[in-house]
Amino acid sequence: MQFKRILATGAALLALSLPAMAGTLKWGASRDISSLDPYSYGDSFALGVLNHSYEGLMRYDRNLKIEPALAASYEIISPTTWRFKLREGVKFHNGADFTAEDVQASLLRATNPKSPLRGNIPAYKGSRVIDEHTIEIDVSANYPLLLNDLTTIYIFDAGWLKENNAEAPTDVGSGTEGYATYHENGTGPFKVESRQPDAKTVFVKYDGWWDKPQHNIDRIELTPIASSATRVAALLSGDIDFTDQAPVQDLPRLEAASGQVKLLEGTDLRTVMIGFSQRDQLLSGAPNPMKDLRVRQAMQLAIDLDLIQKRVMRGKSRNAGALVAPLIPGYDAAIDVPVKADPEKAKALLKEAGAEGFEFEFNCADTLVNEEQVCQAVASMWSRVGLKPKLDQGPRAVQTPKRSAGKVDVYTLGWATLPMLDTYSLTSQVLHTKEGSFGIFNWGGWSDKEFDKVTEASAVELDRTKRLALEAQSLKIAKDHALMIPLHQQPLAWATSAKVADFPLFSDNLPRLWLVKM
Amino acid sequence: MLAFLIKRIGNAVLVMLTVAFFAFLIFRFLGDPVEMMVNESATQSDRDELRARLGLNEGFLVQYVRFVGNAAQGEFGLSWRNQQSVIGLIAERFPATFELVIIATLLSLAIGIPLGVFTAIGRGRWWAESLQFGSIIGVSLPSFLVGILLILIFSVSLGWLPGYGRGDVVNLGWWSTGLLTQSGRAAVVLPSLSLSLFQITLVMRLVRAEMLETLRADFIKFARARGVRRRALWFRHALKNCLMPVVTLTAMQVGNLIAFALVTETVFQWPGMGMLFMQAVTFVDIPVMAAYLCIVSFIFVTLNTFVDIAYAVIDPRLRAA
Repeated sequence: MQFKRILATGAALLALSLPAMAGTLKWGASRDISSLDPYSYGDSFALGVLNHSYEGLMRYDRNLKIEPALAASYEIISPTTWRFKLREGVKFHNGADFTAEDVQASLLRATNPKSPLRGNIPAYKGSRVIDEHTIEIDVSANYPLLLNDLTTIYIFDAGWLKENNAEAPTDVGSGTEGYATYHENGTGPFKVESRQPDAKTVFVKYDGWWDKPQHNIDRIELTPIASSATRVAALLSGDIDFTDQAPVQDLPRLEAASGQVKLLEGTDLRTVMIGFSQRDQLLSGAPNPMKDLRVRQAMQLAIDLDLIQKRVMRGKSRNAGALVAPLIPGYDAAIDVPVKADPEKAKALLKEAGAEGFEFEFNCADTLVNEEQVCQAVASMWSRVGLKPKLDQGPRAVQTPKRSAGKVDVYTLGWATLPMLDTYSLTSQVLHTKEGSFGIFNWGGWSDKEFDKVTEASAVELDRTKRLALEAQSLKIAKDHALMIPLHQQPLAWATSAKVADFPLFSDNLPRLWLVKM
Repeated sequence: MLAFLIKRIGNAVLVMLTVAFFAFLIFRFLGDPVEMMVNESATQSDRDELRARLGLNEGFLVQYVRFVGNAAQGEFGLSWRNQQSVIGLIAERFPATFELVIIATLLSLAIGIPLGVFTAIGRGRWWAESLQFGSIIGVSLPSFLVGILLILIFSVSLGWLPGYGRGDVVNLGWWSTGLLTQSGRAAVVLPSLSLSLFQITLVMRLVRAEMLETLRADFIKFARARGVRRRALWFRHALKNCLMPVVTLTAMQVGNLIAFALVTETVFQWPGMGMLFMQAVTFVDIPVMAAYLCIVSFIFVTLNTFVDIAYAVIDPRLRAA
């Protein structure tokens, strides 16, 4: 009798707990978000996670095309003024109505001098509330990429910000904490139920979402698992349903467990490339032979992309001929032809330029996929044609200051054009002459008048077709001058448990769970 | 006694100041935090401005003096990565680390002491010698490897225990505990086992050596002649005489465990102070690193001071020293 009762209680408990479990997606990420405040730390991953709760005026759809989110429509009324009609009937998670005031307050917060996200919307000058659901945004010049920028400027509730004294972003220098670090109030498909930093952040479905949900998830539990072996173990044992960072070396093992695990593989938007110093002297003080086009071409010809793809990247990467991935606007297939290795020709070119066997430092960090091995492979290929690369490998935090101070000869760079998702991100920040807000990542000190002219022209061209043609032209100039050597697009591997039915893979490496069916 | 105490506290403060000094000396080689804080599109002037606001342009001595000055007033500032108060962050993580360390310590005593007794009384038998030999593995295997092995066996293959995290926690005031829930208790097993493995073998070897010594003593022989049962002889009379060094060792090792828990915490994604510190290193989060190092050295110094005071109370000869 006793036993039966226990069984009955157990069954009842099971019945109670099962419906709650259905629709729960446990997401094992490789790191945690640092804060619930999207304007706290310049971090694409955190912005991607918080996009489940907060939304911008625009967003990316299934195919990474921009579509209106909180804006219903927009028009360009003068070259420097955009008018947005806002969606009506949208409610924040606290029940407040979404209006133009909210957009203005959010833009102010994002562009505050202390906001680390200010660079995400560089052309912003000001905004005017026209009526409850109309707002005009002024930009500094013709600026075709405003819509791209607005995808990462998430909208807060103005009243909520004011009430909680959070109208300005938190300033770590001042020593006072911000309300938005711990609390969330967006308009998105999920709201934050609870958060324990580095342990678990729970999102639950928001029933009042303005859009028709395509997902059937009731609850998301985001758990960071920093150690990749532990993450793979958690996936195999069923403790998590999804990871956006399946380590490349464990892919065969996950593939073998095909009954329990589904692998989603693709190529990332991030293009890995090698850049050169264009200064008169190398770090060693010797004159810089890499100012000669023939030397740069020789260094490119020495690299065997197929070998790197096969051996170092285990066949998972995509060899690149252009500096941006195919999905990025501005990409031109005609340029994207990988250069075939030809060590003999490389040697001949080096001889012709009188630069045989020069010594240089090769600065490598640790953030790209298998970066250490890629660098070692490239260095040995250069040694084969008689060059003397000195490998300088270190963590990103150590290498970046050297790079931005221009203390490099040759360096690696991975550029995904995030958060803009446009070739202009690369041409303006990596390849343009370093001046003003241009060329911040132009670590080699490259400067070419013609290139700058084309890039600046593309910045103010509002006609999309013409703009993309200009961007393709900049990429062509870059290729002809061998400004940087493109290597490959990195592999991207997500893995889900078998119970997830439809999980769209995004090549910007940001999961969008509101499109997932379990 | 008062002079002794004052001297010890003075020592403690000196140790902490020195630790912080070396910490700030090293921070410069960890890289540039500003590069980690801003995103790709920040302009150079944005970066410079942030660097100035954080006081990173000044020399390390100025940064160090400012840190000590603020710390003396109980101000440790905000974490650059989490934008939360550093003290709050550490207080939030301390219970997780503390519970892990206490359970690992209890495990090491509960397993290590009986094993030590058995290997002592069975000296020369095959099972005692193989246990003794096996304990070398515990000393020599690095704890991250032990952790991964435990996860592979108990979590992936057998599916008995969770391989990461802390399970559900219950908040008792500011203290969060995982010991009151089923999932929390299940989650603590593997990390504490992995953390205590080294400690178990240490306790076992210590108890074994002490037992061998004690079993040769006269009072054991007399007790035996008097007909005291063997079990009572080993566990009541002999063992009691072996425990003094074990208690000392355990007290000293708690500090070590807190400091070295960071490897275990990283492997098991245990949301404790070690995990926090590891992330702070990756992101060059100087306020968190500085506070963590100070607090851990404070714990070390306090434990050592207590041990010294206990000794001084027991042995008057040490008070003059």
